[in-house]
Amino acid sequence: MSDEKIITFPVEATHIMMFNRSIGDFSNDGMDGDFVAPPTFPQAVAQFDPDYSLRIKPGVDWFGSGKDPSGVKGTPTSSGGLHAEQHFEFERPIRPGDLLTVVAKPGRTWEKESKRAGKLMFSERITEYRDQNDELVCTARSVGVKTERPVDQN
Amino acid sequence: MTVKASEINVGDTFEEVLVEDLKRTQLVMYSGTSGDYNPLHTDDIYCREAAGYPGVFAHGMLTMGMTSRIVTGLFGAENIKKYGVRFTNQVWPGDDLQGSAVVEDIREEGDETLVDLKITTTNQKGDVVVIGNATGRIDP
Repeated sequence: MSDEKIITFPVEATHIMMFNRSIGDFSNDGMDGDFVAPPTFPQAVAQFDPDYSLRIKPGVDWFGSGKDPSGVKGTPTSSGGLHAEQHFEFERPIRPGDLLTVVAKPGRTWEKESKRAGKLMFSERITEYRDQNDELVCTARSVGVKTERPVDQN
Repeated sequence: MTVKASEINVGDTFEEVLVEDLKRTQLVMYSGTSGDYNPLHTDDIYCREAAGYPGVFAHGMLTMGMTSRIVTGLFGAENIKKYGVRFTNQVWPGDDLQGSAVVEDIREEGDETLVDLKITTTNQKGDVVVIGNATGRIDP
């Protein structure tokens, strides 16, 4: 996990509308009137993170099946990371036109044994979203888990 | 339609069908809007042959986002102060999800009336896939 990371996140009405549509919320499909972002929208900052591992980069192999199942040569097969917890706390809603400065920092790490997936390695990430006036808008706490093996479905 | 404090009581339960027969297309759509292009959510071949899963499964954040519709429906998105969940089971294409919000407390804080909710989302087998809490401002 990298150390502190700073990302600029411009918030656009159309992005909010499309995000809402993708979670089954059609309340601002017509883009009419004033609306704010739904509570899980801060996670879409991934779109603006130039170092995000899942973002396509010119000239760099990308994950996904093509000629081979993983798409990334030399990468061992892995169950990858899963999302264990996500929490948001808002000082005010995120609105179209906001220009957010997002600072993400690593938090605690811990391990646990699981019957369904072997050793579980948890890591926390704390992300603060500040607006164009340097006012705190939202704090997010994310917990990711890497599993020793894929989660047993039985 | 958002609720007012005078219209609800501790213990009241609000339920909503979040999705029926979840489609892979929706997983692709959520990848595009969120920026989470993890192939675990869009690429069956990657899942089966590289990752050891039976197929694609939903982003936890898609389930959390669908579940948030109960919270935004009760409070209005502009009035949400806290929303947090733990992901307890994976969600698969074809799943039906039902969300539930139970009023745990109605309280005054400063000049605001706040409501605390316990949030649960279950699949068609009755398995809990998301459990969490939300707090929002409402009118008296």
